[in-house]
Amino acid sequence: MALKSAKRKKHIQNPWGGFFFVLPSILAMAIFVYGMIGWTLKFSFSNRTSAWKKDNSFAGVARYTELLDDPEFTHAFSNLLKFTIVFMIGTMISGLIMSLLLEKGIKGEGFFRSTYLYPMAISFIAMGTSWRWLMDSAKGPKATGLNLIFDKMHLNFLENTWYTSIKGSMFAMALPAIWQMSGYVMALFLAGFRGIPDDLREAARVDGASEYKIYRHILFPQLSPTFLTVLIILGHISMKVFDLIYGIASKGYVTKVLAIYMWQVIFDFQNYAKGAAIAVVILVMIAVVVIPYLIYVNKTEEAK
Amino acid sequence: MLKKSKLVVALAAVALIAATAPAAPAAGNLEIFTWWASGGEAAGLAGMTTEFTNKNPDTTFVNASVAGAAGTNAKGVLVSRMEAGNPPDTFQAHAGAELSSYVKAGQLEDLTSLYKSEGWDKVFPSDLIKTLTTKGKIYSVPVNIHRANVLWWNPAAAKKAGITKAPASLDAMIADLAKFKKVGIDGMALAGQGDWAIAHLFDYVLLASMGPDKFNGLWNGKTKWDGAEVKTAIKKFATILSYGNASKSLDWPDAGKLITTGKAGFFIMGDWASSQWQSEGLKLGKDYTWAPGPGTAGVYQWLSDSFTLPKGAPNRAAGIAWLKVCGSLAGQDAFNPKKGSIAVRKDSNSKLYDSYLQAAMKSWKVDRLVGSTVHGVNYGNAGMSAYDSAVGKFYAGNAKDSAGLVKGLVAAYKTNNA
Repeated sequence: MALKSAKRKKHIQNPWGGFFFVLPSILAMAIFVYGMIGWTLKFSFSNRTSAWKKDNSFAGVARYTELLDDPEFTHAFSNLLKFTIVFMIGTMISGLIMSLLLEKGIKGEGFFRSTYLYPMAISFIAMGTSWRWLMDSAKGPKATGLNLIFDKMHLNFLENTWYTSIKGSMFAMALPAIWQMSGYVMALFLAGFRGIPDDLREAARVDGASEYKIYRHILFPQLSPTFLTVLIILGHISMKVFDLIYGIASKGYVTKVLAIYMWQVIFDFQNYAKGAAIAVVILVMIAVVVIPYLIYVNKTEEAK
Repeated sequence: MLKKSKLVVALAAVALIAATAPAAPAAGNLEIFTWWASGGEAAGLAGMTTEFTNKNPDTTFVNASVAGAAGTNAKGVLVSRMEAGNPPDTFQAHAGAELSSYVKAGQLEDLTSLYKSEGWDKVFPSDLIKTLTTKGKIYSVPVNIHRANVLWWNPAAAKKAGITKAPASLDAMIADLAKFKKVGIDGMALAGQGDWAIAHLFDYVLLASMGPDKFNGLWNGKTKWDGAEVKTAIKKFATILSYGNASKSLDWPDAGKLITTGKAGFFIMGDWASSQWQSEGLKLGKDYTWAPGPGTAGVYQWLSDSFTLPKGAPNRAAGIAWLKVCGSLAGQDAFNPKKGSIAVRKDSNSKLYDSYLQAAMKSWKVDRLVGSTVHGVNYGNAGMSAYDSAVGKFYAGNAKDSAGLVKGLVAAYKTNNA
């Protein structure tokens, strides 16, 4: 009996045992993540521009230069940038405000926390359908949804055409996204606040610091890793946004973003090479955000 | 030793499962790919399925239906399966140019001999067969015909505006839109969701404004997209849009409700609107009524759902048996009254259909046939998508950028013929 357990111990200490345990997931990652990225890259440099021209020869950057000349692509790209900016700023601010309100440990905190988090549990398509009704573009006597609320509250100047106007479409489209994600951001910030020992606040209070100064000089500086995490999470969610916009406006021109255009190019146009090129553009945009973050995290871990 | 043999058995079992799994549609199954999953469409399909199982009792009917979004999701799945060399035994597609990418990729079987042996070359209208033929070959069997250029309106709302009969021309229609506006009713019901329904309206305006000959010329390059005819049509289209409902994000059933509840005057939509309203319990003639699109009387702008035979279908015989049902009199008369469309065959039994569909059948036999662009007849998937997008952009920009629309339409034509 004793012999057996000793043997088992030895077996676990063998580094190869651990390796074989993770081997399946390493293989799966290698094939389905990195292999597929490689495959997409290869396609994006090819001449496979239709279902019937089975021409996989190397085309260099031809597909990418085509994208630059494609007004539909530049339109989708600028839409995505607008969406990203409004969505990230809006979600950060509203998430931070909500966490500040809850941070002090008010009564019924659990109730508010789950209420704020609840939008995250709703599927994008169901949410998109209800927001489509809410953001109806009719104004005045025929208004419905949000415009009706503004109309009844005599705030007529707030009524607008939401996502159906070319200029304002992406700003309006960011609204439901902010509504959905700010609860999650609140949870992240709240966890950050809770991670700061109470002693620090007490000490500051004893030293006569005002509440504002406590936040400004004691709490917020300690939250900067949380800020960074939130930024990265929101950034990559925003870059690949698809289902929310599809749920609200389908393939409509005004709200087209890169992911929707990519899908259209691959399945409607069946221009596989160009679709792959758009996919690579999205990947690069996400990588630009995520990779520096990973490097930073690795460095701080090492420092610890 | 025992352990080892157990492992071998386990591995063998895994190998067996792996080997048999992809071969699921074994002999005796018909795997059909369609996006008819609810309402009248599903009921019609069920009628045709019964007909099929009566004739082929040994074949199991497997419906690989992918529902939703007017078939756009289904198209995505289908494209991947065709590309992977794993086609279903038959799949649904709009008849006409929408099939062209599959045809050009050599993924479909030629069905011309089936047309001869089943006598379809005689019972289907010759104009239609001409459109279905690509380089002397036919690749699909149409099961139904929808009409795209139909004007729908609410008699009660029209009475309020002093309109007693359907306008006879495009300009007369625009004059009527103004009458609606005077009594506080939106002239035209617009469905802005996803661009296609607005493009559907534009397609009709093009046809009504330039007539069928010029309209057909748009698809083969004889009529120029940047020519005067198109520009005139765009001007009229912009006027019509200005009488539309303010809500720009409606789905077509919601826009249809504006008509049936008397909140909007006219609606240009395909005749599937009628079966939708009937399923809501509304009465044709009382709650809503119809006329051929103003200025297009005597022209039948059609679209059609059809079935195909992919190359390398796992059960080719079952696929052919299904196509025979699709083209048969019994199959078409089981499907169409429920779907709210008419049969392709000229010998269909009109008693099974309602009064609108009976009138449509009469027109189908005598009218000039032209195809619908938004529903796959004139353009392939790529051209269609670009066409919808161009019109959607124009609509989103409050119908101001006519030059941009012309540019988009020219680009769509180029995309289609790339």
